[in-house]
Amino acid sequence: MNLIRRNLPGALVVGIPVLWIALFMLLPYGIIVTYSFWLKKYPTFVPAFQFGNYVTIFTDPQYLQVFLRTLKISILVSIASFLLAYPFAYYLVFRCRSAALRTWLYMAVIAPLWVSYLLRAYIWKTILGTEGVLNSFLISVGIIDQPSDIFLYNQFAMVVTLTYIFIPFMVMPIYTALEKIPVNLSEASADLGMGPWRSFWHVTLPLSLPGVAAGFTLTFCLSFGDFIAPFLVGGPDGNLIANVIATQFGAALNWPLGSALAIVMLVVVLTIVSLSDRMERKGMVGGH
Amino acid sequence: MAAIIELENISKHYSPTIIGVDDVSVTVEDGEFVTLLGPSGCGKSTLLRMIGGFEEPTGGAIRLAGKDVTWDPPYKREVNMVFQDYALFPHMTVGQNVAYGLKTLKLNRAEVADRVKDALSLVGLYDKVDQRPQQLSGGQRQRIALARAIVRRPKVLLLDEPLSALDAKLREQMQIELKHLHEKVGITFIMVTHDQTEALVMSDRVVVMERGKIAQQGKPQDLYDHPASPYVANFIGTTTFLPGKVSKCTGGKVTVATGGAMFEAETDHSYSPGKVVTVGLRPEKVRFLAEGETAANTITGKIAEVIYYGLGLRIAVTLSDGATVYADMLLPDRLSHSKLPEIGTPTRIAIEPHNVFVFEGNVAP
Repeated sequence: MNLIRRNLPGALVVGIPVLWIALFMLLPYGIIVTYSFWLKKYPTFVPAFQFGNYVTIFTDPQYLQVFLRTLKISILVSIASFLLAYPFAYYLVFRCRSAALRTWLYMAVIAPLWVSYLLRAYIWKTILGTEGVLNSFLISVGIIDQPSDIFLYNQFAMVVTLTYIFIPFMVMPIYTALEKIPVNLSEASADLGMGPWRSFWHVTLPLSLPGVAAGFTLTFCLSFGDFIAPFLVGGPDGNLIANVIATQFGAALNWPLGSALAIVMLVVVLTIVSLSDRMERKGMVGGH
Repeated sequence: MAAIIELENISKHYSPTIIGVDDVSVTVEDGEFVTLLGPSGCGKSTLLRMIGGFEEPTGGAIRLAGKDVTWDPPYKREVNMVFQDYALFPHMTVGQNVAYGLKTLKLNRAEVADRVKDALSLVGLYDKVDQRPQQLSGGQRQRIALARAIVRRPKVLLLDEPLSALDAKLREQMQIELKHLHEKVGITFIMVTHDQTEALVMSDRVVVMERGKIAQQGKPQDLYDHPASPYVANFIGTTTFLPGKVSKCTGGKVTVATGGAMFEAETDHSYSPGKVVTVGLRPEKVRFLAEGETAANTITGKIAEVIYYGLGLRIAVTLSDGATVYADMLLPDRLSHSKLPEIGTPTRIAIEPHNVFVFEGNVAP
């Protein structure tokens, strides 16, 4: 009795989250895994234990194609975010003299996260559409004379939209990593004969790699599972894996295949996360 | 000897009212060990950083071996710096850290390996070549930073408070090591410190700085024995200051009357009687008189406090006007075998006239 009473607060602190995770994460995963072995039988599906759904995914070229497309889009989004975020974070940490401006610019990157995701994706519809801001601008400066529909409903629009939505997740870890680098390391590098570019290449960049790895992991995984942007700005060839999964659970009414797709997707994402984690641990990127 | 560094009227004004360094001119001879000494905020680090190229002066010129380098970036100057917290690259091994500065020198592999080995052997840490800096102790990191800075064979080595992060015992040991290293490599050293002992032990010449200006420069013993101002006397060593008035001044001797005593001092100035001056007394130069003993500058007072510091005693003596003079008493025997002065007892102390400092004005810092 005494033992229970003494351990009760600890048990509660640990127990509630464990229960929560079990109920709302592990259990649903279990259900999805179970479903992935079931059999589609018109009009619904029946319990079974067979690998037919997985075989379909890896043999039917249309699923492979969607996987590759999703991979391509996610990689492009990660790269685009990196190319924009790194110089920005670098400027904020090392070049921005005014602390007020730095805070203000950093908040400007973070602030969109407080706005509804749907709204942020929708913004690009109004920017890139035929009646949109971009077309009006191009017409007003005389570059084109008819509104063009080449900007919206394609993979380009999707990459632009996803980059805009997920770039804070690239800026934040890079900013944090750069901020942790002592200024005197670049001074030491300059002192030892290296110009600014070589100092950056040999000292600043390697030391910021943990942040870059974290940023890539976050933006990649978030884009990999996205299904709103393809839906809003993606167009006919813009279906991503998450859209296909949504369809299987909706219109197609093929939960077993949808579950199997979700499991494959989960494996891909978990692989990426554990790879980046291991890279960081091995100290390949940065010191301790 | 030729001048290796010439600082000519160097100033660093952050704004018209915030002045880091104000019109400083210093010449450093080739092979010299010069220390910039002063409290924090006196401009010594800024001056060093301007020599290194990390900050630009707002006025004046810096010459390195006769060549104007005032506006050269750090990577174009043949000087190297040992940073205060070492600034070793955490993502590189000790060997890579030391070899880093050789990348731009276009040496072949064997030469790089040789130079790294020489530099690390010089500081006795070649066996740590494959370790990461964060695996080493503070003293070892300090030596790696030294090896990394001298491996390029710079004309001048800059040291920014190199020993401040070490504990007292190690600091003492490193002072001697650095001094020996300086003798061995023959490079000019310019060090910044706020620690007067460090400056006295290691340097050929000390430049004492006060609020962006040079207060005094010279050999350690000259600064200690002939401080130009109460500021210097107070910063280097310990000094008791007593305000007084000149009562007589003839033939290199001046007599000053303070509230509680008369002091005779040697001087090369001539003071007119009645002039306000300040007398400075070093505790270790003041001695206690035995019963019946007579001496110049005998002062009577009462023992107010006895401070034990191992090597000896520092005793506060209150004079008749309430002023306090500190006097040191060495303990040749253990404390338990010494006859200790008791608080409240009357006592007589004395100081030789050639040991008394006289400064113009009522200028106790």
